[in-house]
Amino acid sequence: MSKLLLKNVSLLGEAATDVLIEGQHITSIGAAAAEATSGAQSAETIDVIDCTGLVVVPGLVDLHTHLREPGAEASETVLTGTRSAAAGGFTAVHAMANTSPVADTAGVVEQVWSLGLAAGFADVAPVGAVTVGLEGKQLAELGAMASSRAQVRVFSDDGKCVSDPLLMRRALEYVKAFDGVVAQHSQEPRLTEGAQMNEGIVSAELGLAGWPAVAEESIIARDVLLTEHVGSRLHVCHLSTAGSVAIIRWAKARGINVTAEVTPHHLLLTDDLARSYDAVYKVNPPLRTQADVLALREALIDGTIDIIATDHAPHPDESKDCEWAAAAFGMLGLEIAASVAHDVLIASGASNWNRFAEVLSYNPAKIGRLTQQGQPIEVGSVANLTLIDPTKRRDAISVESKSSNNPYLGLTVGGEVVHTIYRGYPTKRDGQVAVQGRNLEVSNSAVQTAAKAGK
Amino acid sequence: MVTRTVLTGDDIDRAITRIAHEIIESNHGTANLVLLGVPTRGVVIANRIAQIISRNDPTFSAESAVGRLDITMYRDDLATNPTRAVTETVEPPLGIDNRVVVLVDDVLFSGRTIRAALDALSDLGRPKTVRLAVLVDRGHRELPIRADFVGKNLPTSRDERIKVQLLEIDGENAVVIAA
Amino acid sequence: MSNLRHLLSAADLSRDAAINLLDLSETMASVNDREIKKLPTLRGKTVVNLFFEDSTRTRISFELAAKRLSADVINFSAKGSSVSKGESLKDTAQTLEAMGADGVVIRHAASGAAYTLAHSGWINGAIVNAGDGTHEHPTQALLDAFTIRRRLHGSASTGKALDGVKVAIVGDVLHSRVARSNLLLLNTLGAEVHLVAPPTLLPADSSGWNAHIHYDLDAMLHRVKPDAVMMLRVQLERMSAAFFASEREYARVWGFNADRLALLGSKSLLMHPGPMNRGLEISSAAADSPNSTVLEQVANGVSVRMAVLFNLLSGERSIENV
Repeated sequence: MSKLLLKNVSLLGEAATDVLIEGQHITSIGAAAAEATSGAQSAETIDVIDCTGLVVVPGLVDLHTHLREPGAEASETVLTGTRSAAAGGFTAVHAMANTSPVADTAGVVEQVWSLGLAAGFADVAPVGAVTVGLEGKQLAELGAMASSRAQVRVFSDDGKCVSDPLLMRRALEYVKAFDGVVAQHSQEPRLTEGAQMNEGIVSAELGLAGWPAVAEESIIARDVLLTEHVGSRLHVCHLSTAGSVAIIRWAKARGINVTAEVTPHHLLLTDDLARSYDAVYKVNPPLRTQADVLALREALIDGTIDIIATDHAPHPDESKDCEWAAAAFGMLGLEIAASVAHDVLIASGASNWNRFAEVLSYNPAKIGRLTQQGQPIEVGSVANLTLIDPTKRRDAISVESKSSNNPYLGLTVGGEVVHTIYRGYPTKRDGQVAVQGRNLEVSNSAVQTAAKAGK
Repeated sequence: MVTRTVLTGDDIDRAITRIAHEIIESNHGTANLVLLGVPTRGVVIANRIAQIISRNDPTFSAESAVGRLDITMYRDDLATNPTRAVTETVEPPLGIDNRVVVLVDDVLFSGRTIRAALDALSDLGRPKTVRLAVLVDRGHRELPIRADFVGKNLPTSRDERIKVQLLEIDGENAVVIAA
Repeated sequence: MSNLRHLLSAADLSRDAAINLLDLSETMASVNDREIKKLPTLRGKTVVNLFFEDSTRTRISFELAAKRLSADVINFSAKGSSVSKGESLKDTAQTLEAMGADGVVIRHAASGAAYTLAHSGWINGAIVNAGDGTHEHPTQALLDAFTIRRRLHGSASTGKALDGVKVAIVGDVLHSRVARSNLLLLNTLGAEVHLVAPPTLLPADSSGWNAHIHYDLDAMLHRVKPDAVMMLRVQLERMSAAFFASEREYARVWGFNADRLALLGSKSLLMHPGPMNRGLEISSAAADSPNSTVLEQVANGVSVRMAVLFNLLSGERSIENV
C-alpha cells in the first residue's frame, strides 16, 4: 500500500506535526507518524512531502458547482471542472442539475457521478433537479435519484427558483423520506423580470434593470416558514443580502432546520464593478453593496451562514464578450474560494482555521450527507486534505477551468493552496495539478460500462 | 530664444495707414467696400484700417463694413493638427454679395490660411471682387496666392517665427522675429 | 479646445468641455442659418450610423450633421436582420473597423452597449452614444441644454452655463435615457433639477442623484416655478406592466395640458424630445403653445451633433490612427 508522509504540517493552525497516510486513510499523526517512518523499511517506499509553513485543513467540499457536462462541454467538463476543484483545494464537488439534459432522472445523475469517478480528481456528488426540466411544474423523480448509485441527497433547480409555493412545500416534504435537502435558488421571478444587476444607486445610474434584494428575501422568508411547517430541511443557496442574513438568523433562533451558503464573490465584490459594463461581473444573484458584503462576512464568522460554496459557473468567451444585457450570468469560483475564505476569516484576524474547516469542509459535507468527506483530521479518517500556505500572496488567476470568466483577475489574494490530497492521492502537488487523476481500483462496473460505451 | 524687433508701433501705424490709402485708391473710393478680418489679429488690423478709411471718407461706416471670417472649419490640416478653437464668423451688416471684399490678415506665409478663407467666403456669399491685405508678407508661399496690399515685406527663413503684437490683444504694438 | 475620445455619457463632459461644445454648436447653428449649409471640415471622414433600434429622427439628425460637415455617411440598420444580440455587436464592430469607419454613432437597446463598443478593442473609431437602452443619450442632453440657453440668453449665449436655472423633468424617469443624460449635464452646468413622476417610474433608490423628487406635478409647478419643463415620452407597454393605471389617469395627473400651461411663466420653456404622444404626456394646446420648443429642439439637434462630430473627428486623434 502506498505511503505518504506530510512532514512538519500545522493541523488547523496548531504546532507543526507529521501526518502519515496509507492508502486512502490517515494512519498516524505526530510522534507515532514520525516513528512509523523512521524504521528501516521506510526511505524508498514512503513519499515524503515537506509541509513546513503549511496549514492542513480537511479537504474542501463545494456544495454548489456547475460542471456543465453533459451539454455545455465547451465551457467545462467533469474532468476540467474537477481539475479546477483540485487546484482550489477541493476534494468533493456537488454538480448542479442545470445541464442539458437536466439532471432530473437517475440516468443523468449516474452519468455525471461515473464521469467524476473516471476523472479521479474529486468526489462528484450530483445534485438532482427538484422539478422536471427545471420548469417548476412537475416534481422530478427525487426518490429514484436518491436510490441511484449517485445517492443524491441535495436537490435544486438552481438557476431557477422553485417559486410555486405548493411545489416547494411538496418537495420539502418529499425529501424527508431519504434525508434529502432542497437547495433553493431564492429569486422571486416576477420581481426580477429582465433583471440585470442589483437594484440600487448603481443600477439607477447605469440604466440596468434592477434585481431587488426583496426578491431574494421574500422567497427565503416563505421557505423557512414552509420548512418549519412541514418539519423538513432547507438549504439556501448563495445568500447575497443583509436582509437575507437577518431572516436566516431569525429562522435559526426559532429552531428551523435551515442552512445557508455564501459565495466567494458575494464576500468580496460589489455592484460598483458594473460601472465598467464588463459582463464578467454579471452574476445571479447579482453583486450587491458594500453593506451587504459586510453583513455576509459577519454572518459567516458568527455562524449564521454555514458554508462558503463557489457557484462556479463557467461560460465561454462569447457569452461574456458582448453587451451586458446579452451576456450570461455567472463567474468562476473554484480556484479562488480558499483564498477568499483565508482573507475573510484568517488574514482579517476575525476568525480561525477551525471555522475555515467548518465553512469549507465539515458543514458542506454534512449538508450534502457525504460521509467520506469533511472528516476531522485524525487517525482512521479518509485522507482528504488541503494544504495551504497562509503567508504567500498570489495573483487571483484561474488556471484549470476551461473557461476564463474570472472576475478576480488583477487582484492579489492570500491563502495559496499548495497541495491537495484526495483519498490519499495528491491531485495537486507543489502548486501543480496532477496530470492523471487518482487511479481507482476500477471495480465499478458503471465506469467500465461508460468507458466501453465511449469507444 | 533670440528675438529681434523688426517693426515698432510707429512702423505698424504707418504701414496700416498706407494700406488704408491704397485700398481707397485702388477702389476709387469706398463704394461697396467691406473688410473681413481673419481671426485673431486680422480682425484688429481690419478695424484699424476701417477707422482710418472712415476718417478720410465719413460716408464709410466702420460698424457696417467690417466683419470677421473664421476659417477653422476650412483648414486643410484639420486631420493632423490639434484642433483650434472655432470662433464666430460675423458678416458685415452690409453683407458681402456684390461687394468688394478685402480680406485682412496679419502675416502671409504659406497661403493656406487665405486659401481656406476664400473657400469660407464662397460658402458665405458671392462678392464682386476679393482683395487681400496683410501687415507682413514673409514669403515661402506654397500656393499661387499673393497680397494686393502689403504693409511690409520681411524676408525670413522658414524656421523663424514672426510674431505680430497688437495693443488690443498683446498690450503692445510690435512685430518681432524669433529664431 | 480639447478633443474628446468618445461621447458615451453626459458625465464625460466637464463644465468647460460642455460650454465649449455649446459654443461650438452656436457656430454650427449660424452655418445652418445660411444659404450654403455646408462645411468642408470632415471631408474624407466616414461616419457610420449603427442603429440596432429604430429611430428615424435621431438617425437623420446625425446624418444631416455629418453631411453638413462633408463626411461620408453610411447607415447601418441592424434591426430586424439576424443581428440582434450576443456576438453580433462584436462582429459588426469589427466589420466597420475593417471598412475604416472614423466615427460610429450607435443606438442600441442594451444599456452600456456604446461603452462596451468603445472599450472592447474591437474598433478604433470615435464612438458617439445615440441612446443605449435605458442608460443615456448625451447628444439629446446637449441639444436640450443648448435650447434652454438660447431661449434664456439669446444672442448673448456664448460662454454661458445654466447656473441657477430650474429644470423639471416629468414622466418615465426610470426608463429614460434622456432623463439620465439631462440630469448629469444639467448638474454639470449648474442647473437645479426637479424630477416629477409616479413613484413606479422613478428608480427605487435615487439617492445617488442630485435632484429634487416630486410626485405632484401641479404642486411642483406652483412651488418651484421652473424655467423649463421637459416632458418625457410615455411608452404604452409600461401600462401593461402596472407602472401606471391607465392613459386617462396618466394624462390627468402627469400630462402637460392647458391648465398646467397657465401655471408656467410666459418665458418658461416646455420641452419634449419627440416623438410626442399628443393627449397623453402632452396636450396639443401645450405642444403648440409659444412656450413649446419642440421644433427648436429638432433644429438644434443638428447643430449640436455637428459640434460633437467636429470635436471627435478633427484634430489630434487622427494622428494616432494614421
